[in-house]
Amino acid sequence: MKYLTEYRDADLVQKLLFEIRQAVTRPWALMEVCGGQTHSIIRNGIDQLLPPQIELIHGPGCPVCVTPLETIDQALAIAAQPGVIFCSFGDMLRVPGSERDLFAVKSNGGDVRIVYSPLDALKIARENPSREVVFFGIGFETTAPANAQAVFQAKKQGLTNFSMLVSHVLVPPAIEALISAPTNRVQAFLAAGHVCSVMGYWQYEPLAHKYHVPIVVTGFEPLDVLAGVHSAVLQLEAGRAEVENAYARAVQRDGNQPAQKILSEVFEMCDRQWRGIGLIEQSGWQLLEPYRAFDAAHRFNVHHIQTTESPLCRSGEVLQGLIKPNQCSAFGRECTPVRPLGATMVSSEGACAAYYQYGRFIDPESIPG
Amino acid sequence: MSQSPDFDNWICPLPLRDYPQIVLGHGGGGKLSQDLVEHIVLPAFNNGALASLADGAALNIAGIRLAFSTDSYVVRPLFFPGGSIADLAVNGTVNDLAMLGAQPMFLSVGLIIEEGLPLSILGTVVEQMAAAARIAGVQIVTGDTKVVDKGHGDGLYINTSGIGLIPDGIQIAPQNARPGDSVLVSGMIGDHGMAVMSVREGLEFETLIISDSAPLNGMVAVLLAAVPEIHTLRDPTRGGVASSLNEIARAADVGIELEDNQLPIRPEVAAACELLGLDPLYVANEGKLIAILPAAQAERALESLRHHPLGKDAAIIGQVTAEHPGIVTTKTSIGGRRIVSMQVGEQLPRIC
Repeated sequence: MKYLTEYRDADLVQKLLFEIRQAVTRPWALMEVCGGQTHSIIRNGIDQLLPPQIELIHGPGCPVCVTPLETIDQALAIAAQPGVIFCSFGDMLRVPGSERDLFAVKSNGGDVRIVYSPLDALKIARENPSREVVFFGIGFETTAPANAQAVFQAKKQGLTNFSMLVSHVLVPPAIEALISAPTNRVQAFLAAGHVCSVMGYWQYEPLAHKYHVPIVVTGFEPLDVLAGVHSAVLQLEAGRAEVENAYARAVQRDGNQPAQKILSEVFEMCDRQWRGIGLIEQSGWQLLEPYRAFDAAHRFNVHHIQTTESPLCRSGEVLQGLIKPNQCSAFGRECTPVRPLGATMVSSEGACAAYYQYGRFIDPESIPG
Repeated sequence: MSQSPDFDNWICPLPLRDYPQIVLGHGGGGKLSQDLVEHIVLPAFNNGALASLADGAALNIAGIRLAFSTDSYVVRPLFFPGGSIADLAVNGTVNDLAMLGAQPMFLSVGLIIEEGLPLSILGTVVEQMAAAARIAGVQIVTGDTKVVDKGHGDGLYINTSGIGLIPDGIQIAPQNARPGDSVLVSGMIGDHGMAVMSVREGLEFETLIISDSAPLNGMVAVLLAAVPEIHTLRDPTRGGVASSLNEIARAADVGIELEDNQLPIRPEVAAACELLGLDPLYVANEGKLIAILPAAQAERALESLRHHPLGKDAAIIGQVTAEHPGIVTTKTSIGGRRIVSMQVGEQLPRIC
């Protein structure tokens, strides 16, 4: 595959690993922010190849993982209503709410459909004018522009049977919440390349300066991840704390302007709950007043639904990098991908699922860090 | 095999992995499917032939070794690039028999038809089944039709069962895989699943991906003639190569180690999987086999497979080991290692 295999070249990987080994003189804790990066690290075994001084902490950048339980319960309540066609990205279907998941709703007769884009849901709404079509609009800055576009188009086309359950979250406030926490161990961040391709990386510059922490915009293929690690290690070893772009083929400092335009047309910042972490101020997006009519939570009156998380599940600590997934006492016992207690075990991008899937039999002692 | 229930290992069959009722994932060929079989089907039917959990049953009848298998076909759409439900229904059961080393002979067919299905479609399907049977060298000798109310089926469901003869001296079963064996696959993996997905989901790829649906009995006969001491054969259909190898690792209590770089995957299938966040190891095949055999015979087996038109892309993809029994691992292309575990249900496209 053009533009993919080049970034999986084993010889170049070895070369970069050598350079990282040469640069490291002492232990460093790096956090890869995005679940897609975690997935790539575990799937390719990158963490096993890094020198033992480098610890990779898996960050909160998995939309499936951090979408709050009450939003899942709201989705389940809406999807179970007769006449509703509930559309979602595939891996949200298995995320457990308090009592069940979207698969169970579907099995009880709910019309739950997997789509690949919110615009597909819009098409379903046009084709089924007598049905209420709801799209589960979750994710980070990456999925937001398409969701904004769907709502914008729905308003423009006068589609009255389309709405969106919005639970968007933003990376920079989450990074700031992590760095400023008293328990923080993260010394450098690998920022999420896809998010930065939309939003740019200028927002990270004040963070790097204020907290004296290197932030490196990083991609997803093995060479991308290692380039990010290399850049972060060089900064740490030299005592620098800057924003660097190790994913220049996809990311520019100002990001994608048309995408940002549609975002500011449709969304405004709001406080947001993060599953396993709690409330982070101004860390999410909600629909602006002119688009409020498309808010599924209002339309189906599911605001009142409030829920609490399993006390056994420590996904919050995993998401904050305080423990490794296999250090949770429920990991692989009460909590498995088949019977997940927390969302980190559900998504293929979730840190716990990635550990379970790809590293379960590996002795925890042998895992670097 | 014990005839009385084993209360120490007995598990209440009802609360299945927290789902009180069937969800789609139970049909995905992963852990949920395994649960259904182990906790509901096996305890109820409980016999030696079933317990081997091979693609079919190997039976001794009056001194003759018979292979017997059944499969049901529910695919949407009925026609897809490279095949149709008709090809799958014939080839699928033929292949299940071939995976026991048997020569498939006779099939039955059950047609469950949804009210409203155009007769022309049924006619096409039946003609295609007849053609597929001719190519596979089997006869369809008995059958049944049922019609269900509109809305109670995707147009047409097909069940086929088949019988075949197992030649003397052939002992092929998942349990027979041994440490030191080589693992071979007969060609490009993931074609069928991605072909169906590309039309089902309305995804438009630049290159058309074609299903690999094909009868494997001819290739198995050639392979067995070259290397009679084959330990295990499996056609990695639902759940893909990963699920089949996990089942074998579990049944034989051995570990299996793959190498990502050795897996034959078409660039367009790999690209489609990348796009959707799927792993080709878990994507269905309908015309491929996995062969596990002594390493000393691996090159000979590979050569015989490559001489067959269906096996020209055959490859040695890994080996059986005594380490980490029950677990499949793979060496990644950059030199790391990861576990290739059993999926829970169906693979789900990732969000971003």
